[in-house]
Amino acid sequence: MSADTQTEWPDEAPLTTSKNSDSAKIAGEALVEPKGNSLSGTTVTINRPRAELFAYWRELSNLARFMENVVSIEQVNGRQSRWVVKAPAGKTVGWTSVITEESEGDFIAWASEDGADVPNSGRVDFRDAPGGRGTWVTATILYDPPGGVLGKIIAKMFQREPAIQARRDLRRFKQLMETGEIATAAWTRAQLEEEIA
Amino acid sequence: MRALTWHGKHDVRVDTVDDPEILNPRDAIIKVTSTAICGSDLHLYDGYIPTMQAGDILGHEFMGEVVETGSDSTLQKGQRVVVPFTIACGSCFHCGKHQYSACDNGNPADNQDIAREMYGQPMSGLFGYSHMTGGYAGGQAEYVRVPFSDVGPIVIPDGIEDDKVLFLSDILPTGWQAAEFAQIEPGDTVAVWGCGPVGLFAVQSAFLMGAERVIAIDHFPRRLELARRFGAETINFEETKTYEALMEMTGGIGPDACIDAVGLEAHGLFVDNVVEQIKASTFLGTDRTHAIRQAIHACRKGGRVSMPAVYGGFVDKFPLGAFMEKGLTLKTGQTHVQHYLPGLLNAIIEGKIDTTFLISHRLPLEQAAEGYKLFHDQQNEATKIVLKPGLDRIAA
Repeated sequence: MSADTQTEWPDEAPLTTSKNSDSAKIAGEALVEPKGNSLSGTTVTINRPRAELFAYWRELSNLARFMENVVSIEQVNGRQSRWVVKAPAGKTVGWTSVITEESEGDFIAWASEDGADVPNSGRVDFRDAPGGRGTWVTATILYDPPGGVLGKIIAKMFQREPAIQARRDLRRFKQLMETGEIATAAWTRAQLEEEIA
Repeated sequence: MRALTWHGKHDVRVDTVDDPEILNPRDAIIKVTSTAICGSDLHLYDGYIPTMQAGDILGHEFMGEVVETGSDSTLQKGQRVVVPFTIACGSCFHCGKHQYSACDNGNPADNQDIAREMYGQPMSGLFGYSHMTGGYAGGQAEYVRVPFSDVGPIVIPDGIEDDKVLFLSDILPTGWQAAEFAQIEPGDTVAVWGCGPVGLFAVQSAFLMGAERVIAIDHFPRRLELARRFGAETINFEETKTYEALMEMTGGIGPDACIDAVGLEAHGLFVDNVVEQIKASTFLGTDRTHAIRQAIHACRKGGRVSMPAVYGGFVDKFPLGAFMEKGLTLKTGQTHVQHYLPGLLNAIIEGKIDTTFLISHRLPLEQAAEGYKLFHDQQNEATKIVLKPGLDRIAA
């Protein structure tokens, strides 16, 4: 969102926290290519430099390591990638994603191409955290839940709802970047594999 | 391996379960040599802690020998270590400030949602204490997988027996932090509510930090006797009016610092309705909130209140007016165990702190279920039960 649209608002809070039902539309307009009408956003502070985090994220195949529901990410070319993602009831959904805009070290914006099972778009912003506390990583996602509102409720029940998933995935990203590993309470390899499945 | 597992209210069993394996680079596997039953384990035993699952391995006070290490562990096979009950990464913002129990990364990502809902932000993971704090398998077992083994466990020099150092895992640092949070000044009189392990260690710590007098409050004669042994004056609240006694014993001023250790560091994360249940049905419940209210009421103007006792939910009738009008300071929180370990290990080695007095029973791990019953039913005699895998069975 640009500075001049922000001034029309009563405060400096992100649109993802707005009580206003038009917020998704406005956030969508601020995004490069709006796809979908359900908005979610979440920010995590990671105690690592911005450039390092951006570089790791930009290597899209890395994302499958901490995005729990991603089955595979296949890089088609520099801008296009093919995503296969777990859905409720043992199914998978897929789409081709295009990087619509990016700025080295600052942000990556994407949108799904036509024909996506779950149309989605969004951006990941990397900003220096105040007080020298590392980096703020903000994921803003617009999506059309499969099956509309009912699909969203079902997805939430199975904890595949993008807003919940994004928050958990960002926590895993933070764990991986800060500690070099992803925390698990499993105590056998079999349990860990079951957890990830 | 053999492990003490939870199956429901007053139903814990020693079962055979899978051996732990190294899963992450910073892991180590510890072969447990000593593990204690904590007062807070009784809340699990009594079925008051939500997010428990049948088969969960309990225990968060343990030590043992390193038998396997991940590629990034700094431990070596054969070393003896005490393991902190808090699981902290050592690299996040909070760990950088030595606020280890607030670690961002010790709790697995999916489990953090529950605590985020309840408290605003999730706390660190804990061993063997429900799924809200991570769902980690605990230490009342033959072996434990210890994450972040390069940050948490402290290596114990040869020649110091387990009983002297085991309580570094939780209750000694918890008592010490409670005294530190009381910001004791020379000449101070410190009042301690509750003479369980944490209260007794807080008594010892308060004297080491320069308190002139410590007044210990409980109703179990044996526990008051232990407090007296460390130089505390005592109040038996069943025989004596606590507030009136504290005022008279401080010349009408009130204690300079008050420590509420009645909750016995129940790491429990009670939801409010569970707290209400406890309040309604047990003495402990009503007493828990009573202690902090009384501490605030008795504390001198401008004094300090330290609260190692855990309150997981919501509390009614909190004396906010007394708190504000008297200008009190309250410090509390789960223990930042890792922060205190080197200093407290030294204090033990130098003989400044003794923890062995606390142990009333030693049982083999195989008799852990009996240990729970004993600890639950006989609070006066059973001050602390230590389980030792491999110890010969003891006749009941």
